[in-house]
Amino acid sequence: MSYWTLPDETATTALAQRFAAVVDGGLVLYLHGDLGAGKTSFARALLTALGVGERVKSPTYSLVESYRAGELTAWHLDLYRIADAGELEWLGLDALGDAAALVLVEWPERGAGALPAPDLVLELEHAGNGRRARAEPHSDRGRAVLGRLGEG
Amino acid sequence: MHISQLSNLPSKPVLGVESSCDETGVAILRWVPEAPGSGLLAHALYSQVKLHADYGGVVPELASRDHVRKLLPLVREALAQAGMTPADLGGVAYTAGPGLVGALLVGAAAARAMAWALDVPAIGVHHMEGHLLAPLLEADPPKPPFVALLVSGGHSMLVEVAAIGRYRILGDTLDDAAGEAFDKTAKLMGLPYPGGPALAKLAEQGRAGAFRFSRPMTDRPGLDFSFSGLKTQVLLAWQQSDQSEQTRADVARGFEEAIVDTLVIKCRRALEATGTGRLVIAGGVGANKRLRETLAAAGQQDGFRTYFPRLQFCTDNGAMIALAGAIRLAAGQGQDEAVRVAPRWDLQGLQPV
Repeated sequence: MSYWTLPDETATTALAQRFAAVVDGGLVLYLHGDLGAGKTSFARALLTALGVGERVKSPTYSLVESYRAGELTAWHLDLYRIADAGELEWLGLDALGDAAALVLVEWPERGAGALPAPDLVLELEHAGNGRRARAEPHSDRGRAVLGRLGEG
Repeated sequence: MHISQLSNLPSKPVLGVESSCDETGVAILRWVPEAPGSGLLAHALYSQVKLHADYGGVVPELASRDHVRKLLPLVREALAQAGMTPADLGGVAYTAGPGLVGALLVGAAAARAMAWALDVPAIGVHHMEGHLLAPLLEADPPKPPFVALLVSGGHSMLVEVAAIGRYRILGDTLDDAAGEAFDKTAKLMGLPYPGGPALAKLAEQGRAGAFRFSRPMTDRPGLDFSFSGLKTQVLLAWQQSDQSEQTRADVARGFEEAIVDTLVIKCRRALEATGTGRLVIAGGVGANKRLRETLAAAGQQDGFRTYFPRLQFCTDNGAMIALAGAIRLAAGQGQDEAVRVAPRWDLQGLQPV
């Protein structure tokens, strides 16, 4: 388990950039946190640092967006408006099973059972005027990413 | 398309079908170039907002299922309103994107099949083009070129309309759409879904100047928007307040003023940059009273004219799809028998008319 204190959005961006530097292939990252905790800001900074050249808008209304980040295929999901995991069938998410893809999921608890298992779970929470982040690995891939992050 | 068909088209009404998100909308419109609004023969709408209220948002599966249940009864209702039978139709238009894929497919499949059965042309319409052209349904419609502010739950953009079908995106949101900012901020302050309109209503009781939030990205050049950071500002202000009912209204007022001021500043810049004297406001947030009043006042001051669709054509509806489709069908455009939808679709890549 790793912890960070993020006094402002610049700190969230910097943390995402550190993650980007150690992501070297497919990864399933769950992003937990309340509305406004910085999940989309983190995802945007991560995708941009990985080389996505276009705008990374909030996927709250579109539910899912896909990007190319260099050689990497990336998916950015926001399941905030999903009430039941069965509804995900309509989104055609079979491609998420691709082990070589980067999959970022906001509000993953709303898609329980219909999503690939996480390699890493990042929790963001409000703390005073800033945020606190906590990352927990759930697989060897996740442990490897956190290990490299610790060395960097 | 056959020339005989083309010459026939403007006089035969077009059925329009909208099903990209919450609303199932159906309308019938006869293309009258000089006064498009006069050709609107019927429009029927079913909103799923109440259905979704229990779930806190738009639920894709429910949305698709409900379009299935509502679409054909709405078509019958529209035909009855117009005093017509299906055989009187000269074409069918449907929203082909952008939107939720399951919801789009319901409207597209039904509309394409109807056109095929009636042996009339069909056309897939870009949802945002529908919004852009909705003000043409009003008396004294704006003539291109004009600038359009498209603001809804999923979009915040400024678009230059050089001609019908020729669109250039001048500015776009970097993160949250304006309507999304309204909905999420409302939720943060404990209001029920759909939060945006409720927040605006609450803001009417708020005191001006009690809370002031930043006008994002107005301190630098450019026409892009960023509304995501306002959430944090509002949340902190709300949490650190006495959380009384008056304070809730004051915070709502401060938030609404920040959004409206930002939109107005960018609209003025877009008009200046394009040298255009006409501003069209479209999309669900276009129903916001303070936005309408502030833009109208800015127009009087700067000398530009504002064009608002009536409130029911600000939000998703079938009439705007019938209109955009009728214009394109009258220009000889149409498509083959395949049912195609485009959940993501660039407005700037449309075929000119």
